[in-house]
Amino acid sequence: MRDVCIVGVGMSKWGEVWRRSFRQLFVDAASVAIKDSGVDHLDSLYVGCMSGGLFAQQEHVGAICADYLGLAGLPAMRVESACASGGMALRAAYIEVGSGVSDIVMASGLEKMTDVDGDGATAALAGAADQEYEVFHGATFPGLYAMMAHAHMARYGTTSEMLAAVAVKNHKNGAKNPVAQYPFEITVEGVLNSVMVADPLHILDCSPITDGAAAAILTTEEIAKKLGKPYVKIVGSGVATDTIALAQRDDLTTIRAAGMAAERALRMAGKKLSDVQFAEVHDCFTIAELVVLESLGIYEPGKAGPATVAGETSLDGRFPVNPSGGLKCKGHPVGATGVAQAIEVYKQLTGQAENGRQIPGSPKVGMTHNMGGSGASSVVHIMEVA
Amino acid sequence: MAQFSSRIWREFPQRYRLEASKFKKSGKTYYPPRDIDPTNGDTENEIVRLPDTGKVVTYTVIRVAPSQWGDQSPYALAVVEPTDGTRVMVQMTDCDVEEVKIGMEVRLEFRRIQTEAHSGVLSYGHKAVPKWF
Amino acid sequence: MAGIVGYGAHIPRHRIKVEEIAKVWGADAPSYKKGLMLREKSVPPPDMDTITLSVEAARRALIRAQNVDPKDIGAVYIGSESHPYAVKPSGTTVAEAIGATPDIHCADFEFACKAGSEAMFVALSHVDAGHMKYALGIAADTSQGAPSDALEFSAAAGAAAFIMGKENLIAECLDQFSYMNDVPDFWRREHEFYPQHAGRFTGEEAYFATTRGASNALLKKSGLKPSDFKYAIFHQPNGKFPQRVSRELGFTQEQIDPGWLAPRLGNTYSGASPIGLSATLDVSEPGDLIFMCSYGSGAGSDAFIWKVTDRINEVRDLTVRTHKLIDENLIYVDYGTYAKYRHKIKKNN
Repeated sequence: MRDVCIVGVGMSKWGEVWRRSFRQLFVDAASVAIKDSGVDHLDSLYVGCMSGGLFAQQEHVGAICADYLGLAGLPAMRVESACASGGMALRAAYIEVGSGVSDIVMASGLEKMTDVDGDGATAALAGAADQEYEVFHGATFPGLYAMMAHAHMARYGTTSEMLAAVAVKNHKNGAKNPVAQYPFEITVEGVLNSVMVADPLHILDCSPITDGAAAAILTTEEIAKKLGKPYVKIVGSGVATDTIALAQRDDLTTIRAAGMAAERALRMAGKKLSDVQFAEVHDCFTIAELVVLESLGIYEPGKAGPATVAGETSLDGRFPVNPSGGLKCKGHPVGATGVAQAIEVYKQLTGQAENGRQIPGSPKVGMTHNMGGSGASSVVHIMEVA
Repeated sequence: MAQFSSRIWREFPQRYRLEASKFKKSGKTYYPPRDIDPTNGDTENEIVRLPDTGKVVTYTVIRVAPSQWGDQSPYALAVVEPTDGTRVMVQMTDCDVEEVKIGMEVRLEFRRIQTEAHSGVLSYGHKAVPKWF
Repeated sequence: MAGIVGYGAHIPRHRIKVEEIAKVWGADAPSYKKGLMLREKSVPPPDMDTITLSVEAARRALIRAQNVDPKDIGAVYIGSESHPYAVKPSGTTVAEAIGATPDIHCADFEFACKAGSEAMFVALSHVDAGHMKYALGIAADTSQGAPSDALEFSAAAGAAAFIMGKENLIAECLDQFSYMNDVPDFWRREHEFYPQHAGRFTGEEAYFATTRGASNALLKKSGLKPSDFKYAIFHQPNGKFPQRVSRELGFTQEQIDPGWLAPRLGNTYSGASPIGLSATLDVSEPGDLIFMCSYGSGAGSDAFIWKVTDRINEVRDLTVRTHKLIDENLIYVDYGTYAKYRHKIKKNN
């Protein structure tokens, strides 16, 4: 494998973007990334998109994105792994550049989620669960993670306050992120008093429904140097899967695929977990951040909650988690999230994080963890300063 | 959302009779049935039925429900472990959602699971009720 | 002749009291309670219907039948006036759920409140004639009464299932008799949601005349008299009618008590006398004779004479007793919840 670098990034507006369509959101993010990187062409395009079909009745995502970017003719392909689609698109682009097949590849992600009503969005997202044996019985995503939360609480004494601390911390970070959907701070009381969605998860334990796109330009170090822009290296990529249905997992308090993906990414990078200084992780629900941190091995089982309350995962903590504000605050356009996580790590490693959101001490190695469904797929990337 | 009825029909053995596959080599039972034993790749298996009693392994109470279940909201959803050690995800019914607890003894009862609008096909399966006899 | 080798009942946990319904319609609860002689009725939650009640009752019947292979059941008949589909049988789902398909005859019966006993009658006849080893007759309903109509105070839900056979009987059927004449006392036209009835005409010329007709004919045919029976069960659209007709026929309150369920269950329509039979079998002893007479508007009655065998002592408590289902573990609902459960509230689709 050749070294692969991220040399430019771009994001559309994130939130309820009523005035931009599915294709326009992609064009917004992709145009910024191309300009930011300074590349004069692309060799191919990957678009992470969970459900263009159910959210916008639009399949054939690779073609429409290339077309409206003004690049009809470009090799383009959609990548899908539910909410991990963006991270998987990044991996596909990484492998294509690393293998030498192409020199300049765009990894992007896209989801337009507000052109359907609440039932429509719930039904589309439910496609990431086991339709016949979970969704059939009335399972929703908050419900699936809530069941993990109850199991975690029963086993480790995790509390609703610990869950709320995750949301509070992420909003504190995201309040400084110009692209965040909900850029304001919240309090533990605010979370605990918010409406209960699926016990024990309140609405403020949940990531929102978001329209948005994100794009990154991947290329060789040689080209990155020539472009003369800040760049970082992707040094490891790992993917793992698990049973689609939650009930079939022996342990409902860990997400096994997250740990396996991290182990593979670290092995590829030739690094130890302790070399990683911060992470963007998939906090689709507050409990997910805690379970993922434990499954990745960053914390012992049951210890991520107390560590969050103690501030260890805050921007100035021992191991900052979700400096971007995470899915919780920044928003979660499901196909775009994985790419946006990489953009945040890129910004942190190149010192470009806005508004005092920069992690102190110029970190050198960061990690992204992006996850599909209730943890049936995970993709982890390790990134390092060039 | 409307489901073509062939999709529902195909699942009848598992949903109506709680049929599971028990593999010859490992002795493991899987619900819903699988063709391949994930522990060893074995394909030789026999159909067995899950016991109709078990306990709650974890649960939640869905308070913001898809409109499909509006008539029953809030409802509890649980991972139930029948006495043979398999696990199923089912709704809890006939109970106060505040009473659901991990470890609670339940019985699996035949219930209507989904009603497709006013005129569509009805889907049946099992739900868990608190065990009281 | 043939008889019952397994029986089981199922009844929703939910109840609504007469007072709760009366309050909404400005009706005088004490006079309704006295007039109908009933206190409350069962209410099926939205995830229960005639099919689900039938499956659970049939499974309990299989438990009490012990060692009956569902594949040996040659017919499943379900009598109900509330089959969930207008077109598509209830019986196929039930047969599939108990593992009795595909070598089986199946039919859904409808004859107002008599459909359940009809299912039993035909199942019994098939087995007695040697057409099949076992046949399953099920009586189940989740009946609806129009809001504010007198029927709303009584229309209830429940089911009882009976596996008929020739060996290992719990109760032998000594004789059965059916009586029928055309009486428009109660009906529901196609596509209508609620039934209608002819008020007081449903009494003397319908319920009483028909019940007496079937009962007297069977008593005469069998050469038995009311005092020969330990128990008797009659259709019970309310608490009062079965009490009066049993008295007129010469039965005592003690004889009808175990199967006189309407005061605390309501009118389970097709399920009424069959559930009464299940509750009566629960308390009967070997050798007891049980008289049973159903009634369905339209109008007809099926009457049966059952003789309980020694096996009752062995199977009675293999599963839950009917009285336990009626009296324990209840959830009382208010009228709003009841209206929601019974789809009486207009919503956008």
